[in-house]
Amino acid sequence: MKETTFGWLVLLCPLVGTIVISLGWRWLPGRTAGWIGTLAIALAFAFSVAMLIKILGTAEEHRRFTSTLWNYASTLGVDATLSIYVDPLSVFMSLVVSGVSTMIHLYSVTYMASDRGIRRYFAYLNYFVFSMLLLVLAGNFFLLIVGWAFVGAASYLLISFWFRRTTATRAGIKAFVINVFGDVGLVLGTFFIFRHTGTVDFVKTFNAVPHVFAHNSPDLVAGCLLLLIGAFAKSAQVPLHTWLPDAMEGPTPVSALIHAATMVTAGVYLIARMHGLFEQAPTAADVGAIGGCLTLVMAATIAIVQTDIKRVIAYSTMSQIGYMIMGVCVGAYSAGLFHLMTHAFFKALLFMSAGSIIGAMAGAQSLDRMGGFRRALPFTFVCFLIGGLALCGLPPFSGWLSKDDILAFTDHRGGGFLLLGIAGYAGAGLTGIYTFRMIFRAFFGDPVPEARSLEEGHLAHAEVPRNPMNGEEEDTDVGFPGPGHYIAEREWPMKIAMSVLALGAITAGVLQIPGVDRSIQRFLSPTFADSRLVRSDPSTASDWVGLLIGAVIAIVGIAIAYRVWVGRPGTAPALQRRLATLHNFLAHKWYFDELIDVLVVRPALWIGRFADSVLERIVITGTITDGTVGIVRAGSAAVRRLQTGFLRYYAAALVVGMSGIALYFLISSS
Amino acid sequence: MAIGWYLVVSALIFCIGAGGVLARRNPLVVLLCLELMLNAANLALVAFARVHGREDGQIFALIVMVIAACEVTVGLGLIVAIYRRRLPIDVDELSELNG
Repeated sequence: MKETTFGWLVLLCPLVGTIVISLGWRWLPGRTAGWIGTLAIALAFAFSVAMLIKILGTAEEHRRFTSTLWNYASTLGVDATLSIYVDPLSVFMSLVVSGVSTMIHLYSVTYMASDRGIRRYFAYLNYFVFSMLLLVLAGNFFLLIVGWAFVGAASYLLISFWFRRTTATRAGIKAFVINVFGDVGLVLGTFFIFRHTGTVDFVKTFNAVPHVFAHNSPDLVAGCLLLLIGAFAKSAQVPLHTWLPDAMEGPTPVSALIHAATMVTAGVYLIARMHGLFEQAPTAADVGAIGGCLTLVMAATIAIVQTDIKRVIAYSTMSQIGYMIMGVCVGAYSAGLFHLMTHAFFKALLFMSAGSIIGAMAGAQSLDRMGGFRRALPFTFVCFLIGGLALCGLPPFSGWLSKDDILAFTDHRGGGFLLLGIAGYAGAGLTGIYTFRMIFRAFFGDPVPEARSLEEGHLAHAEVPRNPMNGEEEDTDVGFPGPGHYIAEREWPMKIAMSVLALGAITAGVLQIPGVDRSIQRFLSPTFADSRLVRSDPSTASDWVGLLIGAVIAIVGIAIAYRVWVGRPGTAPALQRRLATLHNFLAHKWYFDELIDVLVVRPALWIGRFADSVLERIVITGTITDGTVGIVRAGSAAVRRLQTGFLRYYAAALVVGMSGIALYFLISSS
Repeated sequence: MAIGWYLVVSALIFCIGAGGVLARRNPLVVLLCLELMLNAANLALVAFARVHGREDGQIFALIVMVIAACEVTVGLGLIVAIYRRRLPIDVDELSELNG
């Protein structure tokens, strides 16, 4: 079979899974639906591996395949086709997406077992993975936009999965609106590029761009900036990031899916895919790098003060995606994508471990209520620790090699990029602090009652389930979380999923060690062969210097966290009192929600009210509709007087009228 | 044959009929006057047919008679209905279909 045949099969599996589960929602047992979903994604992963094997069997310079199933339209210069593009980048992405998603599906089979909406859940989940695979395998802008929008729709469905929670529906709407904003950016950016190249096909576009656009030509910069809007909305970068923390309203495995495998990595993929365009428009690339750098620092500072365990991880995702965006914008493509992969492993692992803790806490998510779970949840603790260490970038975990690869490349470009690199290292220090703040608060210290009862073998169970966001009492009906709570220690699917990811988080780094092997870079090199920036790779020595600096900073960060939250337990509240203003500023997430509220939401509401009270009521209803009615009514009132009801009056009118007509003809004929 | 006299008679009857329709208030008499008008028209039609030596005028007169019969049927039916419901038999009083 050809490489692209496997590509189509990769897409087909989750699609079939979605359809089967959707059609069978009434009679499929919940777990069976889960297993069907898992199997579909596992098959997609198997076909991705087959694709990898096939593509490794061909010569490096020929590793680009397109396959077209049919044409949608090929008129007026639009060549919209249903085609996929299989090259090392898309193979890499589909491997990461389907691989991590398989584990998340496996985890969900247990985690969602008591939820009455489990079939709907797995249908959505498969649809989500399908959308993401469509996005990464798309062979033209047209299909890319379709996948892009599908991902947004699937994220909306899953974030507001517990649709009876008002907080969840609100978060879903927020995510959807911001994502659609990004979609508009992507579509408009595509128009800018299409206008000059006259094609939506990727290969033709990439070939045409250097000839059609001058270096930094305004139209290309504008197009790339619009693409960046799409990427920033999907990847939750400043200032389009506010949906991501709210997306924590979804079930925990969904958070893992959004953060690790699908959705937020789409922006990174987009920029990497469009590297030819961004290198031709360095201004846009620099804007992207600065945005990513800003996000990584900002998100890290916010993560330090958040108390919801899932939100801390969410902000850490924003921060890490910031690294990736910065990486692919400065030209560290393979490093950025390598970080995407390792991040997928450890972030999914962190979310799964958090889900296990939340299960042990009977649904509560606040770090303030957690503590001392080390002995009660040994397996989860180890997994969380592995994930946390990988996230901080401690040697020899995978995050160390990938994150510092990006920073080394950024520093290597020199000049202003050095500043970005330094900010990146500052962010790395903050990463160590907030990650270990989470670990120390959840697992160390005195065991809370839930941890104590778990040590005795009883899993805590909430008498009255409450929404962890606003404390509202809730049902266990459909549209709410199910009554069951699950911890990894007792459920083998969760355990397997977490073990595999933990293994990935520890060992994935060996794929790219400077000076030893650079498998990722070598594998991806055909995709980035036309890049000018890739050739200016930093030397192995400077790479290692970067790695050492990163390791030292990570250790310093962890040491600070240890001193503040374990060494001297009173330090954190004291600091909070002393730096109340700063704490408030961070706890309110840099007031971004408020800012957007004032700048966008309120004006939009105001315009809406204006349209309602003035346009709708006065102009449309008052003038146009009521005006027409008034004219007809006045006219009919005038005519109505003629209808007296007297028969003889009518007869007279008839006689007079007929006589008049007769006279007229007589006079005119004579 | 001089047609003038026929037409004069026809016009006279027509005017009597029209005057009756306009002047009288009893629906029965109004109907009678309508008949007068129709028959005045018939007279004119037959006279013209005779002058021109063709039959179509006469056929037309026959059709008018049939129409008149139908109209009288409906009209008399209405008058009987008015009488049965003990409404005033006066076209000026029966003016409920005003605007």
